[in-house]
Amino acid sequence: MIRGLVRFIDQRTGTAPLLRKSLRYLFPDHWSFLLGEVALYAFIVLVGTGIYLTFFYEDSTARVVYHGPYVPLQGQEMTQAYRSVLDLSTTVKAGLLIRQTHHWAANVFIAAIVLHLMRVFFTGAYRKPRELTYWIGVTMLTAALLEGYLGYSLADDLLSGMGLAIGYAVAMSIPFVGANLAALIWDGPFPGSHAFFPRMYIVHVLVIPVLIGTLLAVHLALVALKHHTQFRQGPRESERKLVGVPTVPGQAPRSLGLFAIVAGVLFLLGGLVQINPIWLWGPYHTYDATNGAQPDWYLGWLIGALRITPSFDVTIGGYTLVPNPFWGGALLPLVFFAFLYLWPWLERRLTGDDAYHNLLERPRDAPLRTAIGYAVMSLVFLVFLAGSADRVDVMFGLSYSAQIWLYRVLFFAGPVIAALLAYRTCVELQRGEQLHRRRKLAERAARTARGRA
Amino acid sequence: MSSVRAFLLAALALLLGRRRRPRPLRPGERERLVVPPPPDNARAELLAIGLLLASAACGIAFVVVYVLDRLPAHTQLLGLSLGLAFTFLAAALTVTAKRLVVTEELEDDYPENEHPDEQERIVQVVHESGLTRRRLFVVALGAATGSIGVALLAPVASLGPAIHMARFYLTPWRRGTRLVDEQGRPLRADQIEEKTFYTAFPEGADKESLGSPIVVVRLRPDQLDLPSDNAGFDASGIVAFSKICTHAGCAIALYRAPLFEPTDPRPALVCPCHYSTFDPATGGSVIFGPAGRKLPMLPLQVDARGFLRAQGNFDSPVGPSWWGVRLKGPTS
Repeated sequence: MIRGLVRFIDQRTGTAPLLRKSLRYLFPDHWSFLLGEVALYAFIVLVGTGIYLTFFYEDSTARVVYHGPYVPLQGQEMTQAYRSVLDLSTTVKAGLLIRQTHHWAANVFIAAIVLHLMRVFFTGAYRKPRELTYWIGVTMLTAALLEGYLGYSLADDLLSGMGLAIGYAVAMSIPFVGANLAALIWDGPFPGSHAFFPRMYIVHVLVIPVLIGTLLAVHLALVALKHHTQFRQGPRESERKLVGVPTVPGQAPRSLGLFAIVAGVLFLLGGLVQINPIWLWGPYHTYDATNGAQPDWYLGWLIGALRITPSFDVTIGGYTLVPNPFWGGALLPLVFFAFLYLWPWLERRLTGDDAYHNLLERPRDAPLRTAIGYAVMSLVFLVFLAGSADRVDVMFGLSYSAQIWLYRVLFFAGPVIAALLAYRTCVELQRGEQLHRRRKLAERAARTARGRA
Repeated sequence: MSSVRAFLLAALALLLGRRRRPRPLRPGERERLVVPPPPDNARAELLAIGLLLASAACGIAFVVVYVLDRLPAHTQLLGLSLGLAFTFLAAALTVTAKRLVVTEELEDDYPENEHPDEQERIVQVVHESGLTRRRLFVVALGAATGSIGVALLAPVASLGPAIHMARFYLTPWRRGTRLVDEQGRPLRADQIEEKTFYTAFPEGADKESLGSPIVVVRLRPDQLDLPSDNAGFDASGIVAFSKICTHAGCAIALYRAPLFEPTDPRPALVCPCHYSTFDPATGGSVIFGPAGRKLPMLPLQVDARGFLRAQGNFDSPVGPSWWGVRLKGPTS
């Protein structure tokens, strides 16, 4: 049967040599190489569950009065969009499971991408000849963040409406063109015209998924063309020689198993762990808000940055040059992603290293990169923490305003401290290893000397 | 770690050693491409099959739960059955990978870093393709594609009113507009109590537009300290402000006005999104948080029948800041 299938494919496509090669394509073995695969499998779950959701979702902001089975909301005015998500969650069989799995998968997708990015950054995997792979990966991360934000905004519950209002304010805050841009996106001032939700919907279910899918294909093709990077785990790995497990028979069951466990965990989460119970938040109105609102985790750094910015708009006469939300909501992510895009080039300028690299470095092997990476990471983590200051106030009684002042100081001091600590740690680890090596050599020399004596 | 490495090396030596002593090939038989599997793994095979059957059982359970939709905790049972089906499958595949199939550690060459000859040939083909005034051609080609690009982008302007900003200044409030609550009932001045806040809208207007919603609070006359620009905006201690935060456009949904001692600090309107805090007693000035503009204040009056009405429009445009927000006042 297999022979027949192979013959059929080869006769129609002539790809038997390619297929045979890809069966024996080598995957170097290290647990951290699986993070990207987790993101890939979460994306597959996202597409599958997402398609199912589109069969029930309505993208209309026309106002209706709710008469469904969920008693606390009966008689309330809401948009058709919100009612359709409510119905999907309450009356469609398995609808809530699929919706919650989709939401969990989005969180896992972005978490896996971020961890994968950290692995790639701190091991220097982005270095020549793999800069294109890296840039495409960073682009997928930005697309994924926007995709997640649009996704939970479509539900049009109270929380997501507040998120959209903040997004609108950030768009408005862009110097010179902000309001014009917002007018284009929303078709007028917030909350926008009836055209806005259909726009958001088509971008969420078509434009960005197709973009991510295409970039993903190029990303994987580039990885395969230049082969995987590897750690030096023994004497056999080198810049020229790759050591790994072939696709078949070794890698395929491992990788399929990883897919199954990602899908399994996501469906378990989707069924057992509640996420975004929109019926509790209620429908959105521009004049309503709830306390203790938090976005999905991957936007937490932006809300933190918006919160710690002191009160000022930059004005020249009557002209408002930089409205306040620009700093935390637009400039910070802009600088962050500019850093990610420019880093391979920056590092080349700093170190003068223009060589090809197939072997990975450990963080300690490149103290400068590790230090700068830690500085950026700690900055993002600090503003992320700042976003939780209100919850910390409620739960632990620490004054909110005192915390905000602390974070304002830490915003500047934290990254410097983190960079110095990381650099020092790398250097000490290197020295420790040198010492270890020297001691071993000396012990061996002593043993042989004693043997001779 | 080192023991793992030693084990791997030993296993490798074993595998390679086995390969060096192949039994002679029978006629018509080919050399193996994959190293032979370890001899006895009947138990692992049994385990894998058991796990696959468990996965199948969970898959069937999912369908059964789906059909019997009167079960309590329906979503949980659905998630549990489908999640476990995948998890058992993952376990079976893990056993397969670790115990059943061969895990070879092979070597391969990295692809060539570059192909200088091929690069040269590409350049040569381009050079020899026949264009003489190449620079001029490239400039003209750039002009053509550039203007086509601009032409194709121009319709983007149809997406919204991107040039005329008048709508960003517009609010439904005008002199004499009556304040109504969420159900459309007019608000009377004597309904408004201290230490609580009311959401109100302009009578007959769209409640959802950013210019509509206001917060109404009553302050004691001795608390009130309005700046000269806002003099006379209150209706005997009742003050009204846009409910839309000037920072990021959320609704100002919190009123900090403690009912018992300590009642310091003074009453404040707070936005729950980023905790911009405004002082109603001083005309909505920012006392904490990121907002860069004071809260727009609506002048109030009480009509002959005791209903609250607007004296005019807000003192400044509502909603989050943008480049033109300070250029002119709100329009009705």
